[in-house]
Amino acid sequence: MYRKLGVLMLVLVLVSTMLTGCGGSKETGGGDSDVIKIGVFEPMTGSSAAGGQMTVEGIELANEIKPEVLGKKVELVIVDNKSDKVEAANAVSSLIDKDNVVAIIGSYGSSLSMAAGDIVKEKKVPAVGCSPTNPLVTLNNDYYFRVCFIDPFQGTVMANYAVKELGAKTAAIIQDVTQDYSVGLSKYFMDAFKELTGNENAIVATASYNTGDQDFTAQLTNVSSANPDVIFAPGNYGESALLIKQARDQGINIPILGGDTWESPEFLSIGGDAVEGAVFSTHFTAEAPVTEVSEEFLAKYKEKYGKEANAFAALGYDAYMVILDAIERAGSADSVAIRDALSETKDFVGATGYITLDENGDAVKSAVIKKVENGEFVFLTVVEP
Amino acid sequence: MTMSFTEFMQHLANGISLGSLYALIAIGYTMVYGILRLINFAHGDIFMLGAYLTYYAIVFTSIPWYIAFILAAVITGIIGFLLERIAYRPLRDAQRITVLISAIGASFFLQNFATVVFGGRPKAFPIPQLLNKIVNLGGVSINIVTFIIPAITIGLLIGLNYIINKTKTGMAMRALSKDYDTARLMGIDVNRIISITFFIGSFLAAVGGIMWGIKYPQLMPLMGSMPGVKCFIAAVIGGIGNIGGAVLGGFILGLGEILLVALLPGLTGYRDAFAFILLIIILLAKPTGLLGEKVTEKV
Repeated sequence: MYRKLGVLMLVLVLVSTMLTGCGGSKETGGGDSDVIKIGVFEPMTGSSAAGGQMTVEGIELANEIKPEVLGKKVELVIVDNKSDKVEAANAVSSLIDKDNVVAIIGSYGSSLSMAAGDIVKEKKVPAVGCSPTNPLVTLNNDYYFRVCFIDPFQGTVMANYAVKELGAKTAAIIQDVTQDYSVGLSKYFMDAFKELTGNENAIVATASYNTGDQDFTAQLTNVSSANPDVIFAPGNYGESALLIKQARDQGINIPILGGDTWESPEFLSIGGDAVEGAVFSTHFTAEAPVTEVSEEFLAKYKEKYGKEANAFAALGYDAYMVILDAIERAGSADSVAIRDALSETKDFVGATGYITLDENGDAVKSAVIKKVENGEFVFLTVVEP
Repeated sequence: MTMSFTEFMQHLANGISLGSLYALIAIGYTMVYGILRLINFAHGDIFMLGAYLTYYAIVFTSIPWYIAFILAAVITGIIGFLLERIAYRPLRDAQRITVLISAIGASFFLQNFATVVFGGRPKAFPIPQLLNKIVNLGGVSINIVTFIIPAITIGLLIGLNYIINKTKTGMAMRALSKDYDTARLMGIDVNRIISITFFIGSFLAAVGGIMWGIKYPQLMPLMGSMPGVKCFIAAVIGGIGNIGGAVLGGFILGLGEILLVALLPGLTGYRDAFAFILLIIILLAKPTGLLGEKVTEKV
């Protein structure tokens, strides 16, 4: 008897806490409150964790520097998308439906951003990507913007580097077929490389792998038997570092090039001596600050985190600032009004450069080429679009 | 596609290298199953812990790497012992499926525990210089670790066979695997034997984790799940419970994967699927595995 009563009491307590829980969240989630919520969905764990965490550092710094807009406090709601496409879609749905965010920042990784594309479009909540570079992220989607350049440009930059700086006549591709980023960037590289060399057959080998693979020895043996002058292998920093290490172990000593995802401390620590000489394109460098905001950002970042900022932190910072600028210009925290203001972003002074969003919602910006030397990323050159 | 001899030899070296690593991890898997008839789904996560503990021992203390290796493997063994105490022993008399679910729960717990404690960003395994040399054999370039892993695998295989077949503890283990209740009636301290089994199994997982770290120096909280599944498959192919079979299964799986990518590059994306297809074929054609004995009971 007492036992039954106890169970009944427990159920009552649980039900009542659930009810108060729901009531509480309704109050803070409403549009009339004095808090503006901005959702962030980034990979904090999984194969892209480093990229997501660096981006979030930049976003949090921006929130600290500019915590208010329209006299209201800006609250970040950060959700881990676990480097997984399904989780990314769920994260964005929950940000919009449960947290009532007015705008969304994210995500590192084109595939993760694309997974959220239809949701933000349907729910009419604008999203600003920090570093997803595949053109499809924003294409035919009025609600997706980004503060970085896109892969047709990045692919051309690296093909140019391979042909003009390295004198390469043939190239091989090793791509991650599960990442739209890697497949897209490889395609643009191949197109540009063929055009620059004037040789339709300049790509002598193509190999592929999946995110999460650790062993690339078979692909490397296959690719090296075609004797290319250079290998282009854009992919996650972890997989790429292992791939390069295994290439050097097999005695493949030709230059290996990649894209912006390589810029993470893990690429250097996992790859060790093997990644010496690796060259890749990225968005930003602390060596050549482009605007007055860059200087301020770099100084404040160093103060807060005690290290040098990289491209992803800077892009995270810019995405936040671009959204706040749009809210200010819209004079309202209404999602559709923010979208309209975002689409008119022009010559916004960001940490990574001047940001003007074109008809697709993409920023047109210069690219930076970096090389690994003595275990550090060394700035080589800036390429204008 | 034509393939030169050197290229083929390079593929073969790659395959043997991967296969011996699978074999190494599969040994521990199969040993625990062979003695307890329990599929320890947390084996892959114990493997992950072994690799992380080694990382912390080398990076945050000044002890030499070889001592760090042994220390990490012993601590991992103790964790395996604790895992059995906490997650499996209370369910000793429960149905087999209950223990299996508990094992899956333990696996999820360890993965999430590792994510919280070690962080989501990967750590670079500190490879001792001595083990990171490249040798060239007639045009085939190989990292020295490729020779070390099979040597360790074979060494552990011999050691384990000795323990199981020549020692008193091993005799108790075999008795336990044949008939649990009778073994208990014969005065065998069942709890002690099971604890030892888990200690050895987890120790082996840690050795596998360390070797994996040297070969693929990227540590992540979920790094154990795919190798765990693959090595389970390797153990089943060889005949689960049979230690020699696990080694054979590991080599078949490793070589098969490399040759699939090498000969049919178009199917690279199905590399992981290959392991599962192989599992299905074995289960259909020879459920006891290549070297497995006849089983009279089902899991």
